[in-house]
Amino acid sequence: MKNLLRLYLIFLKIGAVTFGGGLAMYPILHREFIEERGWITEDELTDYYAVGQCTPGVVAINVSTFIGNKRGGVPGGFVSTFGFATAPFIVIALLAASLRAFSEYPVVRNAFAGVRVCVCVLVVNAVSRLWKNSVKDRVTFFIFAFVFALCASAALLPFSVSPAAVVAASALFGIAWQRCRRRAK
Amino acid sequence: MIFLLKLFCEFFKVGLFAIGGGMATLPFLYALSAHSGWFTATDVANMIAVAESTPGAIGVNMATFAGFITAGIPGAAASTLGLILPSIIVVLIVANLLENFHENTLVKDAFYALRPAAIALLCASGMSVFSVTMLSSEKIASATGFSAFTSALNWKAMIFGVILYAMQKRFKWSFVSFVALSAAAGIIFRFSC
Repeated sequence: MKNLLRLYLIFLKIGAVTFGGGLAMYPILHREFIEERGWITEDELTDYYAVGQCTPGVVAINVSTFIGNKRGGVPGGFVSTFGFATAPFIVIALLAASLRAFSEYPVVRNAFAGVRVCVCVLVVNAVSRLWKNSVKDRVTFFIFAFVFALCASAALLPFSVSPAAVVAASALFGIAWQRCRRRAK
Repeated sequence: MIFLLKLFCEFFKVGLFAIGGGMATLPFLYALSAHSGWFTATDVANMIAVAESTPGAIGVNMATFAGFITAGIPGAAASTLGLILPSIIVVLIVANLLENFHENTLVKDAFYALRPAAIALLCASGMSVFSVTMLSSEKIASATGFSAFTSALNWKAMIFGVILYAMQKRFKWSFVSFVALSAAAGIIFRFSC
């Protein structure tokens, strides 16, 4: 019980000081769990990141669950993840409440119109960062082009394109395609 | 109560299918705003800015924000819980039952096609972010012909976008300082009109 409370408090602190999620959290985790406490090894942390990127959801959450699970089993996994989510939850709830209250003011509307420009830059950066590891050959480029065309013309299609269906279908396609390719060799 | 359950289920789905980190939740939020009407496309663009400027993971923060503007604090709790629960469950299964999950051929094969598809989804929702930023929605609705289309373009925002992109390539400031700069530019040059 004391162990779980400690896990919760450590992750509460990490959640409060991590800006930018996933990768930004790496040095903090390194210091807290490898250098200061020795609860996990360097290799384990690297593994958690590798697997955390292949499991659904946000990487920061996945890695938190891994560390919690290592230290305190299944309850540890839950406790550390909830700990990580606590501080951001409070901050966002306060901010969202005040933004709603002030959103009709011209100053606030102009400020947000400016901030949205910054968000565009952020999206461009995210795409270019992901592009290198994902679109590696002709087939992956074709998948990209096909899905993008499908989404871009969604308004004209008689059915709606759900992102969940795209994710599921592309995963199945990847498995089938790679299997055929290996068999052909 | 039923509404909160619905909110929880929708975000559970997002948490289960959004693979590849925070920004991967973006296409799902757009799809959700289109078919539920709980929040607008502009709300989503604002959420990204707030989610990235506050502590925590961007995907979770966006879920909290979306839940809050839909149904207050209970809504924020339902959506946040919905988003993180699939992650916790899958990670606990992988950590305790499956060894070498990411070395598995099946997983690798799935990701071979999943990654480019995820980027395509992100690009498509990026277009929505661009259109709420760079186009004036009132003017585009009544736009006919090319000259009306160019008048609907938000030139100030476009020019500032190019400057901002160059600046963040050149200077390694934190994201929050760029947000502050953008907000100031938006107020001084009146981007919303």
